Amino acid sequence: MITISNLSKSFTLHNQGAAVIPVMAGANLAVAPGECLGLVGASGSGKSTLMRMIWGNYLAAAGSIMVGDVDVAKAAPREIIALRRGTLGYVSQFLRVVPRVPTVEVVAEPLLTLGIPAKEARARAMALLAQLNIPERLWSLSPTTFSGGEQQRVNIARGFVHPYPALLLDEPTASLDLVNREVVLTLIESAKARGAAIIGIFHDEQARARLCDRLVDVTQFTPEMAQ
Amino acid sequence: MSILAKMKMQPLLSVRDLSKFYGGRIGCADVGFDLYPGEVLGIVGESGSGKSTLLSCLAGHLAPDRGEVIFDTKEGPRDTVQMAEAARRRLARTDWAYVHQNPRDGLRMGVSAGGNVGERLMAVGARHYGDIRAAAVDWLGRVEIAADRVDDRPSAFSGGMQQRLQIARNLVTGPRLVFMDEPTGGLDVSVQARLLDLLRGLVREMGLSAIIVTHDLAVVRLLADRLMVMKGGYVVEQGLTDQVLDDPQHAYTQLLVSSVLQV
Repeated sequence: MITISNLSKSFTLHNQGAAVIPVMAGANLAVAPGECLGLVGASGSGKSTLMRMIWGNYLAAAGSIMVGDVDVAKAAPREIIALRRGTLGYVSQFLRVVPRVPTVEVVAEPLLTLGIPAKEARARAMALLAQLNIPERLWSLSPTTFSGGEQQRVNIARGFVHPYPALLLDEPTASLDLVNREVVLTLIESAKARGAAIIGIFHDEQARARLCDRLVDVTQFTPEMAQ
Repeated sequence: MSILAKMKMQPLLSVRDLSKFYGGRIGCADVGFDLYPGEVLGIVGESGSGKSTLLSCLAGHLAPDRGEVIFDTKEGPRDTVQMAEAARRRLARTDWAYVHQNPRDGLRMGVSAGGNVGERLMAVGARHYGDIRAAAVDWLGRVEIAADRVDDRPSAFSGGMQQRLQIARNLVTGPRLVFMDEPTGGLDVSVQARLLDLLRGLVREMGLSAIIVTHDLAVVRLLADRLMVMKGGYVVEQGLTDQVLDDPQHAYTQLLVSSVLQV
């Protein structure tokens, strides 16, 4: 479902002496439907960079990133937009939403963009919020004022409200208590069971051991630092 | 079937080599892009970068010196630059909408709120008073203006309400392409957020395409699918909005993104 071949990436900092910083070279990996791949490696080794390149908000310098039949490394913006709408889900560490929009609408939005009727979209959003133990009295409020753990669960709800065939998870259990961590792990397991291909960053070692079929150390893709 | 095949292939708007000069100065130069149905394109850049000139050329308010602006009309793709003035004006009433930064430029201040909305309908041939008034009240509701304000003049409205009224006036005729010049500029941040949410909902429900000129990067991140960065009249970078903002390639974009104050 996700196949990365010979991927490389560098940053050029035009306003800092045009420094060129190579951050990735020769990255290869593949994830099949129903499989969960864990990215490991020290901070700064490029786990998030790789994730963002798959999501399409970081440009690739060379190589290919096939998600289904779309090569994100070469796709036009509208192909990536369509890919994100129905195929590729992403649970980032940060919640980015229009302020003052109620939580239930925030979670239902991905379904509305897929053309699912508002009533059904809201019902599915509410069911998921309930499953993630977000108190019902918060559903009509904007998540911007929520606690870190609540915001993370709203983000997770957005990523699981539609059964995306491919999922990117950036530390989905980072700020959760044990009860909610278990809920999220169960959600990820059922996504795997329905055939989702998942790439995740998990600092939580037990979660990693429980979910991941394979681990890839991204340090092997990190080029020598430029002098 | 590939994702591309599932999407409508015909762009709604194709811009080629569009240039406008003010004497020896460049207004905008060599601008080209395709906009597809349902897409929102953001145009950012500092004051004087040419973004308003470009928007005016696209919307037919300014005649470009060179280039094509091909719109997918009901009769097929037509270059609106070469079109007769009357035909372009008809498009502006039926298929396009233009939301001005200052609502006073887009509203008739001496006419009631309901009249402002109804007038657009009458311009495209609506004649039944009851239907026009019902449509006006419906649209005021959609932009969250209470029905009991339908007979008030816009001069009695707050800035945020005026902007929402301008949006209702523009969208009541069901346009396919909306041009917006700093639609949230000059509004309180709290009012901005509400307007952003409203615009997102309308774009989604009506399948609108929109071109939004702004200098507010936070606004484009939340509203635009794609982003164009202008400097000195030229497009220096364009791409997926979050890609341009998170991994800017051009020196100017890097400067622009790194200059935003974090709240």
